[in-house]
Amino acid sequence: MLNWFHRLGSPKIFFEISGRWQVPLLFLSVLMLTGGAAWALLFVPPDYQQGDSVRIMYIHVPAAILAQSGYLMMAGAAAVFLIWRIKLADVAVKCIAPLGASITFLALVTGAIWGKPTWGTWWVWDARLTSTLVLFFLYIGVIALRSAMERQAGAGRACAILALVGVVNLPVIKFSVEWWYTLHQPASFSLTEKPTMPVEMWLPLLIMVVAYYLFFFAIWIMRIRNEILVREKSTDWVKQWLTVR
Amino acid sequence: MNLFIASVQRDLLVHFRHPSEVLNPLVFFIVVISLFPLGIGPEPGQLKEIAPGIVWVAALLATLMSMDSMFRSDFEDGSLEQVVLSEQSTFIFVLAKVVSHWLLSGLPLVLLMPLAALLLFLDEAGTWALTLSLLLVSPTLSLLGGIGAALTVGLPRGGLLVTILVMPLYVPVLVLATAMVQAAEAGSDTIGYVYWLLAILFGSVCLAPIATAAAVNVATDQ
Amino acid sequence: MANQMLQVRNAGCERDGRQLFEDLSFSLATGELLQIVGGNGSGKSTLLRVLLGLYTDCQGDINWSVDEAPLYLGHRLGIKQSLTVIENLRWFGVLREVPVSQDRIDEAVYKLGLTGFEDSLCAHLSEGQRKRVALGQFLIMDNPCWVMDEPFSAIDADGLSFLMAILQEHLDVNGAIIISTHQPITIDRPINTLALQ
Repeated sequence: MLNWFHRLGSPKIFFEISGRWQVPLLFLSVLMLTGGAAWALLFVPPDYQQGDSVRIMYIHVPAAILAQSGYLMMAGAAAVFLIWRIKLADVAVKCIAPLGASITFLALVTGAIWGKPTWGTWWVWDARLTSTLVLFFLYIGVIALRSAMERQAGAGRACAILALVGVVNLPVIKFSVEWWYTLHQPASFSLTEKPTMPVEMWLPLLIMVVAYYLFFFAIWIMRIRNEILVREKSTDWVKQWLTVR
Repeated sequence: MNLFIASVQRDLLVHFRHPSEVLNPLVFFIVVISLFPLGIGPEPGQLKEIAPGIVWVAALLATLMSMDSMFRSDFEDGSLEQVVLSEQSTFIFVLAKVVSHWLLSGLPLVLLMPLAALLLFLDEAGTWALTLSLLLVSPTLSLLGGIGAALTVGLPRGGLLVTILVMPLYVPVLVLATAMVQAAEAGSDTIGYVYWLLAILFGSVCLAPIATAAAVNVATDQ
Repeated sequence: MANQMLQVRNAGCERDGRQLFEDLSFSLATGELLQIVGGNGSGKSTLLRVLLGLYTDCQGDINWSVDEAPLYLGHRLGIKQSLTVIENLRWFGVLREVPVSQDRIDEAVYKLGLTGFEDSLCAHLSEGQRKRVALGQFLIMDNPCWVMDEPFSAIDADGLSFLMAILQEHLDVNGAIIISTHQPITIDRPINTLALQ
C-alpha cells in the first residue's frame, strides 16, 4: 500500500495514470454539472420562504463546501510534502491554491447573490460569508507567498508551512466569526440553516456537490499534469511525449 | 536557557542603539488613530462607540509594521544561519525573538493604550479593558506574526506580504478583544474573555514557534 | 594519528537548472586542509553549504564524525553591525555553548589586530576589520573543524599573513580546514584540492 503511494509520487507514473482518467473524469463531471444545474433550475419546486432565489443554493452550497475541503486537501498535500518530501505533493499544493481561491470566490459571489433578495444588499457580513471571505484571504496568502518566492528553493516548503498554519487556525477562525456574528445579530435568519429538506431538494444538491468535486479533481489533475510537464521538461519522457503531440 | 537570555539581551541592545526602528510603529499607531476623527467626525459619542475597533485595528497594523524587523537583520548579516548551524534549539531562539519583539513593540503599545482611549473618548472601564486586552493579546500577535516574518524574511519586499499572510490569523483575537472592551463598556463581566484570550495565548506559545522555526530553517536553506 | 572527520560520497547538486557538481566523493581527516577552487558561480559556496547541511536540495551521502558542528565563515559574516567587537565575539561563544573567558577574548582581539577597537561598533569598522571580527570565532573556541568561504576577500596584506598563520596553527593542533578560495595558500602542509567547473 505504501509502495503504491510512493510509486504514485513519481511524476512520470502519475502523468501516465492520470492521462487515462482525465477525460472520463472531466466528461462525467460536466455531465453531472449540467444535469444537476438543469434539475435545480427547472425542476426543483420554489422554496416557500425564498421563492425562486433558492436555486442559487445549488451553485453556492457545493462551492462553499468545496472551498473548505479544498483547503483541507491543500493542507493534506502540504503535510505529505513536508513529511515525506514527495515533490509531486508540492506540485499538488501549487496547483490547488488558485483553484481553491477561485471556488471560494464563486462561493462568495453566489452567497452574496443569494442574500440580495432577502437582505436587499449585495453584501452582508454574516457569519458564513465573513468566514468564507477570511478563507479566501488564506488562499490568497498561499498564492501570494508562492509568487513572491517563485525563484527560490524553499518556496514549496514555505507555502506548505503556511497552508498547515492556515488549516490549524481555520476552525478557530470559523468558530470566532460565528460567535462574533451571534454577538451582534442574535436573532438572525441564517440562509444556510438546514431544515429537513425533502428529497426533491436535497437529491439535486447532492448531485451538484458530487459533480463539483469531480470537476474540481478533473481541473486539479489537469493543472498538475501541466506543472509536471513544466518541471520535468528536461527529462526524456517529457521530450518524447511533447514530440508525439 | 543561556541562549534565550543572551538572545533577548542582544536584541534589546541592538534596538536601543537604533531606537527609530522601535519608535516608528508606535508613531504610526497614533497617526492612524488620529486619522479616524478626521475622517469620521469629532463627535465623542460616535467615536466612543467605534473606539475599540479603531484602536485594535490600528494596533494590529502597527504590530505588523514592526514584524519585519524580527528576523530580517539577522538574516541579512548571516547571524540567522549561524544559529541554525549551531545545532541549538531554533524553537528556543524563536521564542527569544518573540519575547524581545514583544518587549520592544507589544509592551510599548500597551502603554500607549490610555492615550488612545483618551483620543477616542473611552471611559474608565473601557480603558482598563482595552489595556488588559492588548496586554493579553500582544504576545499572541508577536507569536503569530513571527510565523509571517520568518516565512518572508528572504524576500525583498516582505513587509506588505506579512500583513496579507498574518491578518487572517489575527481575526479570532481581534473579535474577542474588541468584544471584551465592548462588554466592559456595557458594564458586564469580562473574565470569560480573559480566559479565552489566555487559552489562545497558551496555544500559540506552544504551536506558533514550531511553524516559525520551520520557516527559519527554510529561509536559511539556500 | 589522523582521524577521519568527513566522508562524502557522490555529492551532487543542481541549482537554477544547472548541474553545479555531481558524483563528488572525498574525505577530510584531522590535520588536513581541503581547498576548493573554481571560477565564479562554479558552486564553491553551495558545496560548502551542502557539506554543512545549510543547503539540503542535494544528493549524496555526507557523513561527519565530529562532536560539534564545524565553525563557518560564510559570505555573510554572521556579525551584527550594531554590536561591538567584543559583544559579537561573545555571541559566537553563546551560540556554540562554549564558555569563553575574558582572557581568551582579549587574546583574540590582540591577535586579530583590533586592540583599541574592542568596544567599537562593527558599523564603524572597515570591511577588512569586520572580516577579522568574523574570523574571531575561530580563535575564541577550540572547534576542530573550520569551514571558510572566501576568507581572503577584503583582507589586506597584514590580514593575509595573519590568516595563513592561524590556518597553519590550526592544522598543527590536528584541526581540519575546508576552504574555498582562488588565493594560493602558503602553508607547511600538503593541500588537497578539489576543483569545480
